[in-house]
Amino acid sequence: MTGVDDREMKILGIETSCDETAAAVVKDGTEILSNVISSQVELHSRYGGIVPEVASRQHLLSITPIVQKALADAKVRPGDLSAIAVTYGPGLAGSLLVGVNFAKALALAWELPLIGVNHLEAHIYANWLGPDEPEFPAISLIVSGGHTELVLLQGHGIISRLGRTRDDAAGEAFDKVARALGLGYPGGPIIEKATQGITPTRRLPRAWIKGSDDFSFSGIKTAVVRLAEELKISSSTKPSQAVLDLAASFQQAVVDVLVTKTVAAANKRGVEQILLAGGVAANKLLRQTMVRNSPIPVLIPPPILCTDNAAMVACCGYFRFLHGKIENCDLDVVPGLSLGSSK
Amino acid sequence: MGPLQVTRTDKKVKPLQIVSNSPEQTRKIGMKLGELAASGDVILLVGPLGAGKTCLTQGIARGLGIHEYTASPSFVLVREYHQGKLPLYHIDLYRLDRVEEVAQLGLDDYLYGDGVCVVEWADKGSSVLPEEHLLIELQVVSPLKRKLSFMPKGTRYMKMLWKLKVMKQGDKK
Repeated sequence: MTGVDDREMKILGIETSCDETAAAVVKDGTEILSNVISSQVELHSRYGGIVPEVASRQHLLSITPIVQKALADAKVRPGDLSAIAVTYGPGLAGSLLVGVNFAKALALAWELPLIGVNHLEAHIYANWLGPDEPEFPAISLIVSGGHTELVLLQGHGIISRLGRTRDDAAGEAFDKVARALGLGYPGGPIIEKATQGITPTRRLPRAWIKGSDDFSFSGIKTAVVRLAEELKISSSTKPSQAVLDLAASFQQAVVDVLVTKTVAAANKRGVEQILLAGGVAANKLLRQTMVRNSPIPVLIPPPILCTDNAAMVACCGYFRFLHGKIENCDLDVVPGLSLGSSK
Repeated sequence: MGPLQVTRTDKKVKPLQIVSNSPEQTRKIGMKLGELAASGDVILLVGPLGAGKTCLTQGIARGLGIHEYTASPSFVLVREYHQGKLPLYHIDLYRLDRVEEVAQLGLDDYLYGDGVCVVEWADKGSSVLPEEHLLIELQVVSPLKRKLSFMPKGTRYMKMLWKLKVMKQGDKK
């Protein structure tokens, strides 16, 4: 803890990388004092996904009240803060710019250090906000609409990528399949809800990519879309039993691959724990199956911290701050930022 | 509708058709296209979900010397790759329904830039995409088999296809 005084550290986190405008105050990297999220899901659902221009305009409208609410909920004044952490990538350029510029302005005005946070790394750090403290080395599976990444963590900020999707992200496959089955958007939660209590019976292909920690979900997506065409689906009528069976079988197949490959990677590297992260980590079947099949402890953040939020940004920012990773006011957005390439 | 329709009824150009029997073959065709691609090229891809658009793009990336996997950009709309001999801009209009939404994206920097643009679901934005382009239609024939039809618009792309044909013939010998 060099260069940092002993008093409580309260960090304001700001997150605008995709379709949620979020701000949070976290104390000492573990205790959430406030966590405010303004979701644009309603706004984007008619497009079946996020539209960048719409997203950045909405961030501009939301950011000031959201940050004000985060400070008010936490009962802190700017003078009580130790630093401001903000997501600078990966994400949509226009959306990231809103958060980064807002954070820079606040840091300048309030004379606070600015910390740049990698959105994917922040998702992993949501695990530090749960009841059990993660232990290194660990394997983390980050699954969301835009990402499916398997990484090895050997210490704070020491992250190396083991594998990722070669085509569709897991969450993206959920979205596309839900759309093809006439179920709606966002695909993950909708498929999970619609298939409750349904036993999957369809045999679908699973891509294992032997000898690699990479994933592939385009094959199963294609298989489901072809089968969906045979079922002649219309989104106006209630989904038939055959559609729900297909959706449940798809979910089962994706979960099988995610769990099997993650557990295999964990065994191979002899890590202490598996850390789940990202929006798809909110999926119950994935959570249950991972816990059931893993020989080592599996840490999973509560669902609200799996989807995009700013508490995870503040938490990740805290550990970066402890390690002296502070940005200047020339911090720029990096829309294509990957894990392991953080500054 | 826009220029894509015009291309398809252009009687002077008989579309080159190539049948692919596997994702790996589709990738190989893409790789040849990538090798032939030049700065400013625009390649438009049309075909249903699972027809192999991302797969073909992976090949194009490989042909450009990009060794990273080009994952589907449906979620983020645009992915940029800068480690090859030319920048690759992989654009996906899948989630958009109206042409105005495509026009609002601000894609012109990519489309009229110095890299190679590959646009998936190009039929959703035909009227706002460049008039000169190479249109590739992917059709699903059977679970593994795909038919690729190449429709060039502009001399640059006709030459490109001619070279592709020569390369294909070279393979057979």
